[in-house]
Amino acid sequence: MSYNWNWHIFWELSPEGNGTYLDMLFSGLYWTLATSLSAWVLALVAGSIVGIARTLPIKPLQWLAAAYVEVFRNVPLLVQLFLWYFVLPEVVPHAFGLWLKQMPNAAFYSSVVGVGFFTSARVAEQLRAGIIALPPGQPMAGKALGLSLAQVYRYVLLPVAYRIILPPLTSEFLNTIKNTSVALTIGLLELTARARSMQEFSFQVFEAFTAATVLYLLINLVVVVAMQLLERRLAISGHFGGK
Amino acid sequence: MFGNLDFDVIRRSAGYLFFDGMSFTLTLTALTTVIGGAIGTVLAMIRLAPIPVLPKVVTAYVNLTRSLPLVLLIFWFYFLVPYVGQWLTGADRPVHVGAFSSSLITFTMVEAAYFCEIMRAGIQSIAASQTNAARAVGLSYLQAMRYVVLPQAFRNMVPLLLTQTIVMFQDTSLVYVVSITDFLGAASKVAQRDGRLVEMYLFAAVVYFCFSFAASMLVRHLQRRNEFVH
Repeated sequence: MSYNWNWHIFWELSPEGNGTYLDMLFSGLYWTLATSLSAWVLALVAGSIVGIARTLPIKPLQWLAAAYVEVFRNVPLLVQLFLWYFVLPEVVPHAFGLWLKQMPNAAFYSSVVGVGFFTSARVAEQLRAGIIALPPGQPMAGKALGLSLAQVYRYVLLPVAYRIILPPLTSEFLNTIKNTSVALTIGLLELTARARSMQEFSFQVFEAFTAATVLYLLINLVVVVAMQLLERRLAISGHFGGK
Repeated sequence: MFGNLDFDVIRRSAGYLFFDGMSFTLTLTALTTVIGGAIGTVLAMIRLAPIPVLPKVVTAYVNLTRSLPLVLLIFWFYFLVPYVGQWLTGADRPVHVGAFSSSLITFTMVEAAYFCEIMRAGIQSIAASQTNAARAVGLSYLQAMRYVVLPQAFRNMVPLLLTQTIVMFQDTSLVYVVSITDFLGAASKVAQRDGRLVEMYLFAAVVYFCFSFAASMLVRHLQRRNEFVH
């Protein structure tokens, strides 16, 4: 291969003037983590509400929640990000749109909202599956004891449903981290974007992408280990894999 | 607000959007499904085969590919393929690879990893006693796979394979990052040329939704039909 390797490139100053290429990649790592964690919180909250709504015995609410899931699942994430970033400020009242456009870090907020709602549809489907997986005798027993519907969810269904879906939620969280890289299209300077600009400045393509690859693998490793610890901590004795 | 929108831009650019853009997206999706599915099946068989070293290499490739963002992988292949081409052909400079071949290679290699995991689950869903019985009547390992295990594994996994294809259909929009004109690329070019971002991106969203939603309805129908077969 006629390629000039130069692994010292990471310690050279980047043309942006505020540090080395390595600093540039770490700043990308920071934005990847900040975006994916914020998006994940939004996805968990919105996804839980929609997931619960899909299982409630109220028909219009079920349909609404089902429509929500279909819309966010069947449009590519990239298109959704464009809608949040380019289209939303144009279709809201003028003053509000102007405020949206002039907001500092607009790309960050659009990415959090975009990736968050995209992921929430997946979380909702997982949670619904988790609730349906419970034997129907459980909510009935709860009601027979005189619990209200809200109490049945709070004390009987949700504590177990969330534990069942912990493994698929882990992979959804990993997907969220990977998906934040799509936000480079709207100008978020996350890890992949930083590796890409390092490649454009220095022409060291493979060093830049190798570094990004290693950092993504490290994040994956940390998340997987942390979730395994969490799973072990939350396991109920004699129940769904608990000892 | 909606006063100065011009949805006629869609009618004016429809030919470009669908004949240039959507045909690229659909061809890429179809070819990737067929070639990636075939490679994925071979990878799954290697992963489960009773041979040394090779299964570990495949496992490492599959896990690595699945842990990285698709955007990063698109960049990787986009820059790596010309060098690999140079190495394979012995040319004295990196080979020029066209937009379509570059994205086809990328998606085939990436989707092979995802299809591999689906097919592995499919093969493992067939009871080991079937393979043992096949071996007992004198079939080789490959024959047992070809005539006994794979036909059933494919049948069981059709809904999952198709769902993965729908996900991939949406993911092909990411070739946008290397400026290739797929459906979204075409929509985005018209949007920027005519200053009609709102109309074009809303239209793109609606089109992607219709395609994916129709396909997922089909998958659900197949799933329901499969349930009665067992």
